[in-house]
Amino acid sequence: MMIMRWQLAYPDTPVPIIGALLSEDKLLSPDMYNAFGAMHGTIMIFLGVVPILVGAFGNYVVPLQVGAPDMAFPKLNMASYWAYFVGGVIMFASFFIEGGPAASGWTMYPPLSVIAENGETVWLLAMVFIISSSLLGSMNIIVTIVQLRPEGLTWMRLPFFVWAQLVTSFLLVLAFPPLEAAAVLQLMDRIADTSFFMPSGLIVGGEQVDVAGGGSPLLWQHLFWFLAHPEVYVLILPGMGIVAEVVANNTRKPLWGYKALVYSVVFLGFMSFIVWAHHMFLTGMGQAMSAFFQTTTMIISIPSVIILSALLISLWGGSIRFNTPMLFALGWMPMFGIGGLTGLPLGLAPTDIPLHDTYYVIGHFHYVVAPGSLFAIFAGIYYWFPKITGKKMNEMLGKIHFFFSFIFMNGVFMPMFIQGLAGVSRRLADGGASYAHAQDVLQWNEVMSYSAWFLGLAQIPFIINFIMTIIQKRKTEAVRNPWKATTIEWNAAPSPPIAHGNFDRELTVYRGPCEYSVPGADKDYSPQTEK
Amino acid sequence: MSTHNLEQHKSVYLKVLLALFVFTVVTVAASYFDFGSMAIAIIVGLTIAFIKGFLVAGNFMHLLDEVKPIYWLLMLTIVFFLVLFFMPMLWEMNLVTVK
Amino acid sequence: MIEIPYNVKPREETGLYNAKLGIWLFLASEIMLFGGLFSAYILLRVGSPVWPPSGETHLNIPLATLNTFNLILSSWTIVKSWVALKENDIKGFKMFMGITLLCSILFLIIKYFEYTAKFHHGIFPSTDNFFGIYFTLTGLHGLHVIGGLIVNYYLWGPGIKMWDTEPERFTNRIEVAGLYWHFVDLVWIFLFPTLYLL
Repeated sequence: MMIMRWQLAYPDTPVPIIGALLSEDKLLSPDMYNAFGAMHGTIMIFLGVVPILVGAFGNYVVPLQVGAPDMAFPKLNMASYWAYFVGGVIMFASFFIEGGPAASGWTMYPPLSVIAENGETVWLLAMVFIISSSLLGSMNIIVTIVQLRPEGLTWMRLPFFVWAQLVTSFLLVLAFPPLEAAAVLQLMDRIADTSFFMPSGLIVGGEQVDVAGGGSPLLWQHLFWFLAHPEVYVLILPGMGIVAEVVANNTRKPLWGYKALVYSVVFLGFMSFIVWAHHMFLTGMGQAMSAFFQTTTMIISIPSVIILSALLISLWGGSIRFNTPMLFALGWMPMFGIGGLTGLPLGLAPTDIPLHDTYYVIGHFHYVVAPGSLFAIFAGIYYWFPKITGKKMNEMLGKIHFFFSFIFMNGVFMPMFIQGLAGVSRRLADGGASYAHAQDVLQWNEVMSYSAWFLGLAQIPFIINFIMTIIQKRKTEAVRNPWKATTIEWNAAPSPPIAHGNFDRELTVYRGPCEYSVPGADKDYSPQTEK
Repeated sequence: MSTHNLEQHKSVYLKVLLALFVFTVVTVAASYFDFGSMAIAIIVGLTIAFIKGFLVAGNFMHLLDEVKPIYWLLMLTIVFFLVLFFMPMLWEMNLVTVK
Repeated sequence: MIEIPYNVKPREETGLYNAKLGIWLFLASEIMLFGGLFSAYILLRVGSPVWPPSGETHLNIPLATLNTFNLILSSWTIVKSWVALKENDIKGFKMFMGITLLCSILFLIIKYFEYTAKFHHGIFPSTDNFFGIYFTLTGLHGLHVIGGLIVNYYLWGPGIKMWDTEPERFTNRIEVAGLYWHFVDLVWIFLFPTLYLL
């Protein structure tokens, strides 16, 4: 991404420092730019955010918060990890094959993706492994939550994080398979020369493509977006769960609207399956279809707003502690807000027409995924680090990490709305430089690129903090519950949890998940496992 | 699945097997019959398939006396399956026409 | 080894043991997988002016009908093998599961002949979209048959040791394997008329 930002800021100038690794003349060619763009999206989503939020946080924290000694199917869990690993290796290997990696966007639209270089086939194969990994993992999470709760842990006493993971896992189980079907079909198109997605009479480079024809490129888009829309909720829901945990803990009061949060997240999960064609408004759909998908898209914004509002209102009247996890959770809120609000014009067909496939879209989705998912991930890492290692990360470094990340996130992504409104298209290797309508907004490219590079530098305090804290020897006894939290993982398990079995005491649950500052209690937090 | 109704189930299994064989013969025979329109042929064929499927799912897979959570899971899945199944077709039928 | 609750005895609130919920979740995902492919089939067929594009399906209905009887029989025998375990009849289990395995192998052999006959006549997935979807749908189904065959063989052969140490857990495993196998049969029950008859 850093290299791509160089090309955008200073088109067709040699890339410094690592330019020699790219090509002989140190330039980032348009082909390579496209490849980087496609792989950036793919790797961030499928090998980055989902594995961290669902694979890492999900598998580690859910059994602890649900009072289970382990995931329901430990061996299946291992299988899920290794499938992810193999998929990841194959995906990275695609950088080194002749012709380079997949380059037709992470969305892999045919016919381009069918006639493109070998990297696309490798992408499809890697996806089969990655999708299988997600399926196995999400089945495991659902069975763990449904079956392994101890006595007293009723549904409405579950931490919101667990509800979010449950809905996320349902999305993964039911929405991923159509993409797997589509991947199989595209593999057949590429390897066996079938024409599932190849229309009749297609002419490429002046020559007719030699396939039977009769296929539909739109079929791919339907199958792809049927997954990919629920997928974006997979990217954010666990993050919302993390923010909820951190907010409740650091305001020392219960979450406002727990029931509303639960109903909203379930409704959101359901609705996410019937909005997908809002990614396809420009494909020539009829009025009835357009009206249907616009309506469902507008409706789905309601539970999102309820969730954000409930988290915001939870701050009111709280004794707020501004530690690093809380800073990230607080920073998350306006960022997700901007991301969500900028999605509204995209969900309505008339306003989507000038904005589709422009930088406006890139700004919108990055706000939800970059300062959205990523800030939630950072909040989660800083928050649960003491549970996993028995040591807290350094606060000063954490605060530096937060402040500079917050500033530069906005520096990278806010100007994208300006460029998008001016009509600058996405996936342009020169950042719009060759278009007349883009000339007025081109100067933002340099601003965004510098912000991106400084954003990268701002992660260094975090990396140092992380490694340092892991390496250093514990100075005192591992504190079981340094944040004084109410949920099961902080009270019934030592830090780190016992290797087999997690807990060092019998578990019965008597209370809800965020009973802080209960009137008449002797502490400002009442753990779930205490009467 | 308690053993006390295992006896009940055992007699059903053989009947289901025979019913499935009969319906298979029926569906193949029906395919050679001229129903006049393709639509009717499809409806007949799919109806027979659904009956056979119901017999397998209900009896061999014990769905007829399964617990509620499984029913809910399957209802949810079927809803999304129908959406996935019919949407592209409805789409094609509602395309923008160029004047 | 830690004890994971509800692995064998069902949880009262849900009435399920873990693996049963797990396999139904897996089957739900499989419904969506084959659903995606059937949806593709519908779209391609509705969008095609002539179906099949070459005019004829060239498919061997008698052979496929035999395969249909084959899979249905194997569905019955796998349920019978589970009943045998419930009645403590390990020999009955071995017999019925053995027949299931033979039916699976027969299915694959017939499929092999079907495919090679097509290739011999110069018909490939690339020939037109009917054959494309035919090979893809039956091929993916065939892969699922192979998967089931491997699991069922394991349970019939090396895995049968669990009957001596944990009979109830082993019986549950057969029930779960049976559920998967019935699903494979179900897919064929819909594939057969869709591709061969209609």
